[in-house]
Amino acid sequence: MRALAERLPREEFFRSGHPLCPGCPGGTLWRLTGKVLGKNSICTVSASCLALPSHVYPSALTTPSLYLSMSTAPAGITGVSAALKVLKRKGRLKTYEPIHIYAISGDGSAADIGMACLSGAAERNDDGIFICFDNEAYMNTGIQRSSCTPLGSWTTSTLKGKTEKKKDLPEIMVAHHIPYVATASMAFPEDYVKKLEKGRDMGCGFKYIHVHSPCPTGWRFPERKTIEVSRLAVECGLWILYEVIYDQYQITYRPKVRRPVEDYLKTQGRFAHLTREDMEKIQRQVEERWQALE
Amino acid sequence: MERGMVTGNYAAAYGVKYARAEVIPVYPITPQTSLMEKIIEFINNGELNAEFVPVESEHTAMAVAIAAEAMGARSFTASSAQGLVYMHEMLFVASGMRLPIVMCIVNRSIGAPNSLLGDLQDSLDIRDASWIQLYAENAQEIMDMVIQAYKIAEDKRVLLPVAICYEGIIISHCMEPVTFLDQQKVNQFLSDYCPDHVLLDPERPTHVQAILTDDAYYMEYKYQQQVAMENAKLVIQEVDQNFENIFGRRYGGLLEAFGTEDAEVVLLTLGSISSTARRVVRDLREKGILIGFVKLRSFRPFPREVLQSLLARLKGVAVIERDASIGSGGVIYTELSSALYMNEPKPKIINYIVGLGGREVTYEALKVLAEKTLWMVKTETTVRPIQWIGVRGLS
Repeated sequence: MRALAERLPREEFFRSGHPLCPGCPGGTLWRLTGKVLGKNSICTVSASCLALPSHVYPSALTTPSLYLSMSTAPAGITGVSAALKVLKRKGRLKTYEPIHIYAISGDGSAADIGMACLSGAAERNDDGIFICFDNEAYMNTGIQRSSCTPLGSWTTSTLKGKTEKKKDLPEIMVAHHIPYVATASMAFPEDYVKKLEKGRDMGCGFKYIHVHSPCPTGWRFPERKTIEVSRLAVECGLWILYEVIYDQYQITYRPKVRRPVEDYLKTQGRFAHLTREDMEKIQRQVEERWQALE
Repeated sequence: MERGMVTGNYAAAYGVKYARAEVIPVYPITPQTSLMEKIIEFINNGELNAEFVPVESEHTAMAVAIAAEAMGARSFTASSAQGLVYMHEMLFVASGMRLPIVMCIVNRSIGAPNSLLGDLQDSLDIRDASWIQLYAENAQEIMDMVIQAYKIAEDKRVLLPVAICYEGIIISHCMEPVTFLDQQKVNQFLSDYCPDHVLLDPERPTHVQAILTDDAYYMEYKYQQQVAMENAKLVIQEVDQNFENIFGRRYGGLLEAFGTEDAEVVLLTLGSISSTARRVVRDLREKGILIGFVKLRSFRPFPREVLQSLLARLKGVAVIERDASIGSGGVIYTELSSALYMNEPKPKIINYIVGLGGREVTYEALKVLAEKTLWMVKTETTVRPIQWIGVRGLS
């Protein structure tokens, strides 16, 4: 962490005093993203928790951003990058520095309503980095299930726990054969920064980073435990940190001893109703997932 | 200037080329598709320096146009019917952000049942999206209006998106003679798009499209759009005049009218029906019948004042339109009735709903409607104000 603090610029592009809930990992995500992509960056945001700090006046973000709608953050990447290309050709661009284009979107907008838009931008390989802030439900509207809500999780629209599995969006993105796909967690900031830098420095093409984002409000855990819960998800093997460069997989963090999923599940109220069988089922899925990825 | 035969869609593509649009996201849909294909051809052979984006939906098409326009690039898109309806959400974003995007709406009926042919249901459905809507009746007018549209949209008094609407198949796919434009003259008429401030500029960071969580300034934003729409009434006429000064032809701005000074009855219509209705009125006038003609060109802004001054004195107005707001009447009829309501005296307004799903509206049919209206006025007969014409099984 100290090495990271020394390496990243001191300049802040995300101010304090934003309207995110206490304990939200979104603030850390914005802050690190700002430091990596710098002043010459343009962000498009979809309706999500993270649209609030950037688009409710006064904005916490000090770089330009465009809020379009629930589903169209990837189209923002497309439009901005197309405009940059043509303006560059015509000599109408004021700066010669590269401009980094990125989008920030929740799991609901990325995996549900904006799936077609995301898939379209990825398939066209438009130039930009898409960051999915996955808090595993529609948190901004009050904790309704999304396709990224994990099996068994309580939400206000799955009162007895979700009966379906979590949609594996990173794998869907891998299937687009884009230059870069990665998963990340705010409990591993060095890993996130490295991945974002990779995406930034790869040049052209569509890059996708999926950030697991524990939500104290919706997952029912104390707000001081965000990083602990984030870390447990990785240590229990439920959230695997990996990257895929042009279809080549690489696991970027391997827990020394994989802890039982129960350690993670019992920290959160949303899993309070799970039985021993439920947990065993989830444990089996984790084993299968690791096997598949190894 | 060189003349040639082109379809309505190709005419629109030429307009886009002349206007030097820069980012063009379009999703294919009948009957719009040949417009998109022609643009791709222009880009491929180097006649147009633009980025074509093969988007995966119309919703994304408008989102891409918005993002590109916010970067300071001149954007264009086009759609029809279901595609336009699919795009609906983003239309409000474009106008609310005050982005001068131009779109061609190649009018087509909305399903169900599905029809590939044209009526005005699709563009009139987006009535409240704060887009300027101008209707064209032939290839030449489409070509000229795409260029005029950018000039109107980018005017600082306006800064609203503009839709150029024309009926699918009837206009989009019919070959008509046009006079091509001289690019030098177009450049003189419409300069490059260099907005005073680009919305997405790292040197001047702003957060575009604020989320207002309280009462904030939403109402003020909307009032400014209303003012811009009012300003557009003047700007549309100015631009038309300006166009005539350079190219030697004009279209009348908000509307085209003749014979209204001595007429008792006027046929008011828009789009492709105008050409036929104009002929009917001319022929009747030659026989000494006191009838006039109005072609509505601008639906948004709706030219209330001009219509009031032209029509208040008349005895009857026949509004002939290819659309219906089911449960009420024709959309133009409803708007016109509201515009003339406060006038005293005012004409009787009869609404003829015709040609839905692209059903043909012939010279003879329009002539019958004209004569019917004249007879009604002459005999002071009260008739049903809203009439569906040519429905099978109805007498």
